[in-house]
Amino acid sequence: MTAAELAELEAAARRVRGRILEMSHRAQTPHLGSSLSCADILVAAYWKALRVDPARPKDPDRDRLVFSKGHGAMALYAALAERGFFDPALLREYGTDGGRLAEHPSPGCAPGVEVATGSLGHGLSWGAGLLLAARLRKRPTRALVVMSDGECEEGSVWEAAMFAPAHKLSGLTAVVDFNGWQATGRSAEIMALDPLVEKWRAFGWAAREVDGHDLRALAAALSAPPDPAGRPTALVARTVKGKGVSFMEDDNNWHYRSPSDAELAAARRELGLP
Amino acid sequence: MRNAFAAELARAADADPRVVMLSGDIGNRLFDAYKAAHPDRFFNCGVAEANMVTVAAGLAAEGLRPVAYTIAPFVTLRVLEQIRVDLCCHDLPVVVAGVGAGLSYASLGPTHHSMEDVACLRALPNMTVVCPADPAEARLALRAALAREAGGPVYLRLGKKGEPAVHASAPDFRIGRALVLKPGRDAALLAAGTILPEALAAAELLAARGVSTEVVSFHTLKPLDEDYLAAAFARFSVVAAMEEHGLIGGLGAALAEWACERDGLKARLCRIGARDEFLHECGDQAWARGRFGLTAAAAAGKILARLGR
Repeated sequence: MTAAELAELEAAARRVRGRILEMSHRAQTPHLGSSLSCADILVAAYWKALRVDPARPKDPDRDRLVFSKGHGAMALYAALAERGFFDPALLREYGTDGGRLAEHPSPGCAPGVEVATGSLGHGLSWGAGLLLAARLRKRPTRALVVMSDGECEEGSVWEAAMFAPAHKLSGLTAVVDFNGWQATGRSAEIMALDPLVEKWRAFGWAAREVDGHDLRALAAALSAPPDPAGRPTALVARTVKGKGVSFMEDDNNWHYRSPSDAELAAARRELGLP
Repeated sequence: MRNAFAAELARAADADPRVVMLSGDIGNRLFDAYKAAHPDRFFNCGVAEANMVTVAAGLAAEGLRPVAYTIAPFVTLRVLEQIRVDLCCHDLPVVVAGVGAGLSYASLGPTHHSMEDVACLRALPNMTVVCPADPAEARLALRAALAREAGGPVYLRLGKKGEPAVHASAPDFRIGRALVLKPGRDAALLAAGTILPEALAAAELLAARGVSTEVVSFHTLKPLDEDYLAAAFARFSVVAAMEEHGLIGGLGAALAEWACERDGLKARLCRIGARDEFLHECGDQAWARGRFGLTAAAAAGKILARLGR
C-alpha cells in the first residue's frame, strides 16, 4: 500500500468516526465506544479487502460482511454511507421515530446491510451458511464476520467455531474487535476469554492477532488468500474502545454515554474534521 | 411418519437443486437414500442446534431451501431465539422439522416431550405451523412447504414411526386448509397432528350416544383456516379442539383467540389438551396420552358434557 493509499484510508476512517459521533450525539444513543473501536476494521474491509460494488449491493458474487456485533451499528451505517452504498442523508434517520436505521440493524434496513444482528452469537453461523451456499453454487464468495470480544461468551459462537473447520470453510474470516470491554466490565475478567487466539486455534482455525487500528496491517490481513490447509481464519484484532477521541479511549462509560454539544465539537477537532 | 418424511425429502432434493438437508445428528440410516443421491446437500450439523438453525438461515438467504431436522424440543425451544431472529425476522424459507411431536417419545422422559412447541412458534411473526396427522400428510406438508415460492419459515411437527394411515387416498392437502374426514351434524372435532385417530374413535363413541360428529384434520395451526372456523362455529353446537400439546397456546387456545372477538357464534368451544404440568413418570405414548386425558373416551366425555348431555 502506498503512502497516498494509506492516507486515503486514514481520512476515510476519520470521516466514519465523525459520522458515528454525530449519530450518537443527535440520537443520544449508546454503544459509541463499541462503534469507534471497529471503525478501522470496517474501513480496511470495505475499502480494501472485500470485493464489493456499492452500486450493486446485491451482486451475487460479492463478498459478504456479516456485522455480528450489531450494537456497533453506527459504525456499519457510517462506513456504508461513506463507501457510497447509500446517501449519507439516510444517517439522519438513525434512532428517530419511524426511521429506517435502528440502534441494531433490521433486515434490509439499508443497502449493504447483509443481516439483521443485535442478538450476539448469530453472525458466525450465518457466515458459515452463506459460504456453504456459495460452495454449492460454485461462487467465489468470501465472508467476513465482525464480532465483539464479549460476543465470544455466547455458546453458539463455539458451535459455529467447530462447524466451520469441519467443512473446511476457508473463505470464512472471523474478526474479533477485541477492545477489552463489555457492557459492564473487562471482558477477560467477566469470563475466561483469554487466551482467545489459542482458543480459535484449538478449534481448528488459522488464528492470529492483528493491530485493529493499523489500517495497513488490517488491509493485508483481511485481503490475505485463504489458508491453503482449508482452515477458516480468525483475526483477534486488538483495539481500543472509543478509539480516535482521547477522552473516550478505553473509558467504558462511553458504552452507554453519548456526547454533549461541547464534547462533539471537541471530538471533531481531535479528528481534524471541519 | 418419519420414513414418509425422509422419502419425500429425497424426492424433493431430486427435483429441486435448492433443497438442502441439515440434521442435528439424528436419523441414523433414515436419510441414506438422500445422502447417496445428494451427498453435497446433506450436512450433519452435530449436537449444535443453534448453529444449525442459523446456518440454515445463511443458506436460505442465498436462495437455497434448507430443511433443519432434529428432535422437536431441540429444534424449537432450544433454538427459539435463532428461529425468531434469523428465520422469522428475516422471513426466510427454512423448513424446521421436529420429529417426536407431543408425547411421541414419552418413554424418553420429559426432556424429550414436546408439549409447548406450538405455543412458542405460533407466537412468532412470519411463522407457519403445520402438524401432519399421518404419513401421507407429512409427505404432502413437506412438499407444500418446499413448493412455496414466497413466505417465511414453516414448522413441521412430525410424529415418529408407525403412525396409522388416516387417509385412504392422498388428500387434497394445502397449508392453511382444514381437511374434513368425516362429516357430522352436531359437533365438530378438530384434531391437530397424530392424535387424529383418537378423534376418529371419539366420533364413533359419540355416534353410539346419538351425537353426529364431524372429524377434521386441522393440520395448520398458523395461519388458521378461518373460512372453515366461521362455518363450523355457525353450524355446530360444539367445536372441539384435540391436540397432543399443552392447553396453553395450542390449537384450542388458537380457536379461543379466534372466537373471543366474534359475535353471534353458535358453537361452544371445547378444548382437549394436556394440563399445565410435566410428566415425570415413564411410560409409552399411549400410556402418556391416557395420563393427560388425550384419548377417544376422554374426548367423547368432554364433548358430551359440553353438549349438556
